Amino acid sequence: MSNNDQAIVVVTGLGATTPLGGDVASTWSAMLAGTSGVQRLTESWVDTLPVKIAAPAAADPVAVVGRVQARRMDRCEQFALVAAREAWADAGSPTVEPYRLGVAVSSGIGGIGSTITAYDTLRERGWDRISPYTVPMLMPNGAAGWISIELGAKAGAHALVSACASGAESIGYGIDMIRSGRADVVVAGGTEAAIMALNVGAFAAMRAMSTRNDEPSRASRPFDKGRDGFVLGEGAGVLILESLPHALARGARIYAVAAGAGYSADAFHISHGSPDGGGVSFAMSAALKNAAVSPAQVTHVNAHATSTPEGDPLEARAIETVFGDSSSSVVVSATKSMTGHLLGGAGAIESVASVKALTDRVAPPTINLDDLDDEVTISVATKSTPLAPHPGVDGPMAVLNNAFGFGGHNVALVFTEYVPPAPEGSAEEG
Amino acid sequence: MTDQEILAGLAEIIDEIAGVPADEVTPEKNFVDDLDIDSLSMVEIAVAAQDKFGVEIPDEQLKDLKTVQDVVNFVSKNS
Repeated sequence: MSNNDQAIVVVTGLGATTPLGGDVASTWSAMLAGTSGVQRLTESWVDTLPVKIAAPAAADPVAVVGRVQARRMDRCEQFALVAAREAWADAGSPTVEPYRLGVAVSSGIGGIGSTITAYDTLRERGWDRISPYTVPMLMPNGAAGWISIELGAKAGAHALVSACASGAESIGYGIDMIRSGRADVVVAGGTEAAIMALNVGAFAAMRAMSTRNDEPSRASRPFDKGRDGFVLGEGAGVLILESLPHALARGARIYAVAAGAGYSADAFHISHGSPDGGGVSFAMSAALKNAAVSPAQVTHVNAHATSTPEGDPLEARAIETVFGDSSSSVVVSATKSMTGHLLGGAGAIESVASVKALTDRVAPPTINLDDLDDEVTISVATKSTPLAPHPGVDGPMAVLNNAFGFGGHNVALVFTEYVPPAPEGSAEEG
Repeated sequence: MTDQEILAGLAEIIDEIAGVPADEVTPEKNFVDDLDIDSLSMVEIAVAAQDKFGVEIPDEQLKDLKTVQDVVNFVSKNS
């Protein structure tokens, strides 16, 4: 076994609970069918707000985690545990030495619903009526903690917080945990549960959200001329990352290679991306370099594209910068058109979608793209689009997932098809 | 209130907060060792008991209430 093998990280399990479905299979099939998870909210608090739509999770997490455990967990922690359980089972529930099993799962905001509930309780009934579980429910590392307890993961439980890039950044950190030799297996992903009055009001105050209240399923429309802001979604996505030798030794099913991650910070404005897209293109290029993948190997980009007037063309320009002449043959999808924006969960469920796109060789559609923004010249898929390696290109087919967050955080992840080693005897022993 | 009524009320609280079925909440059970109830849930149980029985359980007393019978006795004595 060469050192190089030890540096290879593969994806051996997937889990998700999203506005489109309570697991990966239902989410992915709804995605390929171009289903919108956005709906008109019926809660009374929307009456006072300009935004009355969101994409709630399709499945109630309480039904999965159980009533008693659920009352000690914030909804974002429940989502994360649901996705982690699915991913873990999907990976074959491997036996891993506890100090070789890590967790990197975070959210952008943390347990904001629990924070709000506790504050209401404090004001109305006093400090001694606040749930004693409030602190572990509101802390943004709570999901990582719960997953580590559930799986007995002792190599470290981490929560990388970078607003809407949190999920992707956690996956990048998980790759590094394995590459640096700290772990053989890492449960990595992101989660969010923020569909409530305070958050909707706060994002509305930034004028960041769509107010297409009368057409919920048409509201999230990345790259379309008529886009007017993002739609809030909720849920979680989790990947099981594993060193290749560990996966091979236990005969694991390998979905893809988690080939690399790239990062940058805009250092420009706390909530506006740098207009030249320099930070975004740097992160994408850095991810390709980190993955040792050429731009020509990339056939599909799952864009961050949130459906805001400002952000989508900026990302499109950056994709053009990175892929140059080959950018027209890269199939770009904006799955937030269907799921809404899961904030800290976004990069994670979109990584799940990216891995599924790679293994099924099909890019999901971008719905509601009726009239492409004049500034956008990349190839955005409006329907499910088959993927095939670019002819004459060396190396396995690759896909890239972008995630950006307020604060100026840019993260790009690269996944490649896993090509099993040649049969014994046909290659020289290293 | 009889000890039996206090026990039944307490069992209801413990079921709600910790998910322990009422028929397992018997007087000799130790909260930590037998019912797997942690200190945070004990605080919740104490507050709920205060609402149900109208008896305040101060923190310094709470840590001495190790078994179901201990709580029944405390409530019975102070109500």
